[in-house]
Amino acid sequence: MSTALPETLRSVPPPARPAARAGFWKRLVSGDQAAYLVTIVFAASIILITALLFWELFRSSALARHEFGWKFFTGRDWDPVAGSFGALPFVYGTLVTSALALVMSVPVGLGAALFLSELAPRRMSDALTFLIELLAAVPSVIYGLLGIFVLVPLLKQYVHPLLAKTLGSLPIFSGTFYGVSYFSAGVVLAVMIVPFIVSISREVLLAVPAEQREAALALGATRWECTWRVVVPFAGRGIVGSIFLALARALGETMAVTMVIGNVPQIAASLFAPGYTIAAVIANEFTEATDDLYVHALIYLALVLFLVTIIVNAAARLLVLTTSRREGHA
Amino acid sequence: MRGPSITRRLVNGGMALVTGLCALLVVAVLFFILGYLLWNGARSLNWAFFTQLPAPVGETGGGMANAVVGSVKMLALASLIGVPIGFFGGVYLAEFGRTGWFAWLVRYTTDLLNGVPSIVIGIFVYAMVVLPMGHFSGFAGGVALGIMMIPIAVRSTEEFLRAVPESLREGAMALGASKGKTIATVVVPAAMHGIITGIMLDLARVAGETAPLLFTALSNQFWSPGYSQPMASLPVMIFTYAIAPYEDWHRQAWAAGFVLLAAVLATNILARLIIGRSRYKPVH
Repeated sequence: MSTALPETLRSVPPPARPAARAGFWKRLVSGDQAAYLVTIVFAASIILITALLFWELFRSSALARHEFGWKFFTGRDWDPVAGSFGALPFVYGTLVTSALALVMSVPVGLGAALFLSELAPRRMSDALTFLIELLAAVPSVIYGLLGIFVLVPLLKQYVHPLLAKTLGSLPIFSGTFYGVSYFSAGVVLAVMIVPFIVSISREVLLAVPAEQREAALALGATRWECTWRVVVPFAGRGIVGSIFLALARALGETMAVTMVIGNVPQIAASLFAPGYTIAAVIANEFTEATDDLYVHALIYLALVLFLVTIIVNAAARLLVLTTSRREGHA
Repeated sequence: MRGPSITRRLVNGGMALVTGLCALLVVAVLFFILGYLLWNGARSLNWAFFTQLPAPVGETGGGMANAVVGSVKMLALASLIGVPIGFFGGVYLAEFGRTGWFAWLVRYTTDLLNGVPSIVIGIFVYAMVVLPMGHFSGFAGGVALGIMMIPIAVRSTEEFLRAVPESLREGAMALGASKGKTIATVVVPAAMHGIITGIMLDLARVAGETAPLLFTALSNQFWSPGYSQPMASLPVMIFTYAIAPYEDWHRQAWAAGFVLLAAVLATNILARLIIGRSRYKPVH
């Protein structure tokens, strides 16, 4: 690391201030270099921690990576006793529950965001936004608690019989329902990610320049036409970004899903069958994993989860950034 | 001049209604959660919850005093790790590294760290702390939560420092203060209010984290003095008690859920009220 002064310091010409001419140690004592060094060391430690995190996951999954390679993700058989580890049921469960969550939360979340940013009166919008941001603060284990004791019985008693009666011929709605299932996990995840979709989409929508709206309204568009034809297309990328961000949350969410998905390593066509996700299997089995290959297989799953959520997150932030930056908000 | 046609007006009104209902639905979920936990949690809550240890299986009564204390202790340790790194990292980004590749890298990794699923942080701390120590401990739990605190502490510090007007810095420099002195005595105090509330929000967020504690602090049915033993915490207790088959434990889980949610939401509301109308948006 260079000890040279950063741009901001160099651009200020050091005047006849005695300290500035007195060399490195004097300046260190005077506070300039000291402040710079202290902050840069802490900043560097963030990079170090993140790099260590990646390295540790990579190193500690070596056995499983060498043993199974890419076949890890196509194997359906997860049998720690026999030393056979196939991650497909978990990958499948993670994808299905996240997709379900998006299907349920995106329409509602976008509707709410449009209402808050475009259609609602200012004061009402502020109050509702405050409440929705509180919803984002509810810990995930609380969602799990409500999932087990409220949602699962509710689905079992009312929702599943209805779906089975009307759409039961479809394979995705068939079969017996024990309450814990992909579907239950999807509902819990939907509730958990909806506040993110609402608050980020709302921010992106608010970044759309007022002139855009004024021009549309001046041409005689109604509020809704202005919103749908002008504001939404303008904010399109940012909205997609908010959905990606919610997806990243759903992929990595652990506790609430673990509590309602049933934790059975199988691939079932029915959404009402119990399943498993990557995060849930790590949470459940990590402390029980005894032999090295087992531990490495679980850490391999963690590595995959890490990489996937990082990629989705980066894409999301890029999309949100490009929308708000066009307006100079970044 | 005629207004929009009747169909267009109907669509306009209809969509306002539909989107309004969406917003209402989301807010209704919050009230449902609050109401349900209040109803179920307050009923199960009693003084013993805060003063007694968990009762052995089969016995009624008991409390979660050790989990309450454990949560507080681990949050204290987490602050010792997360706050300095987050604060100084934020100062670096706002005051020294506004541009340049190193600042870009710091910002990038901060966002990256923010996106890491909490269970992955748990695995990391297991490998870095639990394995070398040879056993689960409150210390490892605190480290895991501390790492989770860093990204938000960095971003909120940076944001509030940047909101300090440039003229304050120029004024201090013009009076002959060094850059370091300007930051320490003028800029940071001006932003202190915001930085502290940002850290409150940060603490509220990690207070409810469960997954990273599962293989770092684990849990404990007894008191764990110091930081070297497995340590109970409210979120892990809620998880264990909720999935257990005992009616009595479920009641305890509701009580613990109520206490945790009340603490988290109260901190959030307080912090947001203090921040008030400032332009700061909590990092997601």
